[in-house]
Amino acid sequence: MTDETDSSVKQNVPAIEVRDLSIGYGKRVVLENLNFRIEPGQIVTILGGSGCGKSTLLKHIIGLHKPLRGDILVNGRSIVNADEAEKRSIMSEFGVAYQGGALFRSLTLAENIALPMEELTPWSRDEIKKRVSEKLALVHLDGYESYMPADLSGGMVKRAAFARALALDPKLLFFDEPSAGLDPLTSDMLDSVILEIREKTHATIMMVTHELPSIFRISDRVIMLSAEKKGVVDDGAPAYLRDNSRDDYVRSFLSRGGKVNCNETERGHV
Amino acid sequence: MLIQLRDETVSLISFIGDTAAAMWEGIRHPKRLRWKDFLFYMNSCGPDGLPITIMICALMGVVLAYQAEVQSHKYGADNFLPMVIGCTILRELGPLMVAIVSTGRCGSAFAAEIGTMKISEELDALRTMGIRPARFLVVPKMWAMLLMLPLLTAIGDFVGCAGGYMVLRSEIGMPVDLFLRLTRQGVAVKYFIEGILKSVVFAYIITVTGCWRGFRTGSDAIAVGRSTTSAVVNSILFIVLADAFLAKLFTVIYTWGQ
Repeated sequence: MTDETDSSVKQNVPAIEVRDLSIGYGKRVVLENLNFRIEPGQIVTILGGSGCGKSTLLKHIIGLHKPLRGDILVNGRSIVNADEAEKRSIMSEFGVAYQGGALFRSLTLAENIALPMEELTPWSRDEIKKRVSEKLALVHLDGYESYMPADLSGGMVKRAAFARALALDPKLLFFDEPSAGLDPLTSDMLDSVILEIREKTHATIMMVTHELPSIFRISDRVIMLSAEKKGVVDDGAPAYLRDNSRDDYVRSFLSRGGKVNCNETERGHV
Repeated sequence: MLIQLRDETVSLISFIGDTAAAMWEGIRHPKRLRWKDFLFYMNSCGPDGLPITIMICALMGVVLAYQAEVQSHKYGADNFLPMVIGCTILRELGPLMVAIVSTGRCGSAFAAEIGTMKISEELDALRTMGIRPARFLVVPKMWAMLLMLPLLTAIGDFVGCAGGYMVLRSEIGMPVDLFLRLTRQGVAVKYFIEGILKSVVFAYIITVTGCWRGFRTGSDAIAVGRSTTSAVVNSILFIVLADAFLAKLFTVIYTWGQ
């Protein structure tokens, strides 16, 4: 196969593909028969009420848990059937920012961001230092290199977690509840940072959140889960679903976010 | 109960395998060892634990000498006391007491540290970065303990014997040169080596058990406390079991070919 054909094939590969996926703990099924694709460059939010399995689904997609059935393809490679080495290779292609930041408390901010670079790349110290500064600047934390995570505010910790997720320039980012527990202004600022990251890196972003203002502001698409139905109840652009979903639960859930200003008029049904 | 025991055993064996692979990787690529962490744990497992180790071992020597002196005095066997004290401390009590003190100080700290990291999703973060938590978190602790526990044991042995001598001097007026001569006659170098080898095994047990319990931490509010307690209780149990096995093993080795 020529390089040209190769790259055209690569372009058609979804960033994430979930096939007949059932997940749960032990014998308890949380979600079943999930099927969806996430195309490169989208910002997609997994939405649903508390306890519907949003974070559990995210943990399965990033390979931390094994599903009961089905498959998950990340950039065309199955993370479910991969052996340990293959799994580590798939994992190194994406970045994850956890709900509480999950920064290593014994390391400074710069050391936290440098860690994946030191461990997984042959880059020199100077190169790593330069890249760390770039990542911190991207999330507006330049000058905070020597700070310890304990010295930062909640919003700064989240931004630092974004910076660490971006360390290896991944084309796929996962954010778990990025604005949970933050005040509205800090939450707005994080939304702007996420949009900026997408604009500068062209990464695909998958988020788990139920902060409706954030969803309307930044998401291209929402995948709505229901604990009752144990699956996807609707899937589409947030504004479209709020006004046109066939499911009452989805319309009612999204209407709580009000008519938030966003690019919603530009975004149709995905 | 049986299912829980089976799950725990499988998890421990799997963790031992994972740690062995990470240690081997560290030996093959020493540059990848996290040297800063290694030095930190060397300090916390060694010098930081020195005052309590010295105090416990000295008192252990004092108690042992008092008990032995009361009995041996009845039979006029005072000259055997340096040998009894030396052999008991070097072969058994020294390595055992230092290991128990280190379990309380380091094993529990390892479990608490890793357990807290698990609750705050730092272990998940390591995994999704493609970094093996065992290599990142266990290997520096393991090397630090393997180096520091034998050193602490050697110091503990010396201090324990010194504590014993203080009692013999005050109770039966034994001069230092006689004590040293009788110790040299009755205590072979191989007993010191036996104790040091035991401490290497105990260091391995303390690190593996502490870290394993940390990785097994649950997600509720009291999980870290429970892991810490389990780390100490399990470590002490495994240490005593290993000690019993090693005592038999060394006896067999000493009597080999006699």
